[in-house]
Amino acid sequence: MSSAMLELILMATLDTLYMVGVSGLVAAALGVPLGVLLYVTRPRQILAMPTLNTALGMITNIGRSIPFIILMVAIIPFTRFIVGSSIGTNAAIVPLTLAAIPFVARLVEGALNEVPPGLVEAAQSMGATPYQIITKVLLPEARGGIITGLTITAVTLVSYSAMAGAVGGGGLGDLGIRYGYNRFNPVVMLITVAILVVMVQGFQSLGDALVRKADHK
Amino acid sequence: MITLENISKTYGKGPQAVHALKPTDLHVAQGEIYGVIGLSGAGKSTLIRCVNLLERPTTGRIFVDGQELTSLGRQELNQARHRIGMIFQHFNLLASRTVFDNVALPLELMGVAKREIRERVQPLLDLTGLSDKHAKYPAELSGGQKQRVAIARALASRPKVLLCDEATSALDPQTTQSILELLKDINRKLGLTILLITHEMEVVKSICHKVGLISGGKLVEEAEVGDFFTSPSTRLGREFLNAFLELDPPQALIDRMEARPGPHTHPVVRLAFTGDAVSTPLISRLARECNVDVSILEAKVESIQERTLGLMIAELIGPQEKTQQALAYLKSHDLQVEVLGHVQRNA
Repeated sequence: MSSAMLELILMATLDTLYMVGVSGLVAAALGVPLGVLLYVTRPRQILAMPTLNTALGMITNIGRSIPFIILMVAIIPFTRFIVGSSIGTNAAIVPLTLAAIPFVARLVEGALNEVPPGLVEAAQSMGATPYQIITKVLLPEARGGIITGLTITAVTLVSYSAMAGAVGGGGLGDLGIRYGYNRFNPVVMLITVAILVVMVQGFQSLGDALVRKADHK
Repeated sequence: MITLENISKTYGKGPQAVHALKPTDLHVAQGEIYGVIGLSGAGKSTLIRCVNLLERPTTGRIFVDGQELTSLGRQELNQARHRIGMIFQHFNLLASRTVFDNVALPLELMGVAKREIRERVQPLLDLTGLSDKHAKYPAELSGGQKQRVAIARALASRPKVLLCDEATSALDPQTTQSILELLKDINRKLGLTILLITHEMEVVKSICHKVGLISGGKLVEEAEVGDFFTSPSTRLGREFLNAFLELDPPQALIDRMEARPGPHTHPVVRLAFTGDAVSTPLISRLARECNVDVSILEAKVESIQERTLGLMIAELIGPQEKTQQALAYLKSHDLQVEVLGHVQRNA
């Protein structure tokens, strides 16, 4: 294999990591608070706001029900507005992030739901404010579950980012399709897949290690 | 220290409404350990959760340390809750925090400085016997140790009142005793007022000064613990006591027992001795003076705080006029006599 090809593969790998990394971080930054909001505004919760909760839940569900490939093309004008282009790595980050936010939010909501209600009650009996309950009880106690959720998100983003390759998003998916599929180069295809497998394994192992560190159960 | 005025709690509305707590008054004096006992579903959990407004009562007012909690806004209520500690059946410790950090939590919530937190947590760990466990996580502790952490945590904000919601129900009898000793100790050392709810008579017997019996959402009986154990005034109170003392006639005898005396029956009685009667040899005197035979089926002596309670189930054997005389003799001697039934002679 030519060194040009190797360089191409390396670049594609870095592109994928870049897309997953940036969209993952932004999605976490926005999805975790959204997940908290989804949880604490539930009826009988510490900041019960049923109307807001229903509205947020609906938006989240809509976000989650749009197939990624359609979301990607549907929001092209928005993407262009944000990054100034509808193709390329940066352009792929916008739909990736948008798809990941509701995903993260639901996983975080689920993780918070696993925190025993007695702990919230105990904190209330100590005179904790809702903000204190979120920051000192709910989030630390759900840390393991949230990390698990973010790991799942990262893995999902890796596969979504490959899809982004289909519309000129760059990265390993793009490489696999252009060189592996369109030019019938099975070696590139295999290498692409192998790198993706290693990447997913890496994310999973990292996530598992972080969960072990966070969990004292 | 704690006053509940006409507190009630109703869930739902209209015909489906559930009256968990009917209008109830309760007063716990400063430094007192007050136990509310009742079967599950009697409303005791609702009652204790109303005290710090984890549950908002439907009607009534709540005073703790002279402050009316029911009139406070959110912020003031949180301030007031710093002066009310609470422990729970399932401990409710944060799994993500060490023992030390769990105890520090209420102080963090109050905005106490880090250095002061260190100074205040250590003595609490000493008091609860956890000094060597400060860096452990709750998952590494036994149930009794977890409840000790919870107690230390509840005391961290230096409350005036401690609420115990079935605090020993998840513990084995031995651990229960050690936790009760700790609570008693805290009550004495710190002058802390304790309101606890439980379904275990053992808890009431071991540490309470006063007891309230709750049933169907109502406080049906209230007494000093010594009085309650020697002479409960309600049927439910007697049932609780008998179940606790496990003093019932043998089943074979119950099967033969009749409610009314016949020409050839003799009475089976339950005797409860308190005060001087415990140390008087009443039974041998009874046999001598009334000329009846006494067959003791079961007997035990319980000490309830500073008082001694003797209990006995016995058959009085003799001609009817003699046994009647014997009953009158017993009743005249400061002990409680309950005729459980009558059995046929030689049956």
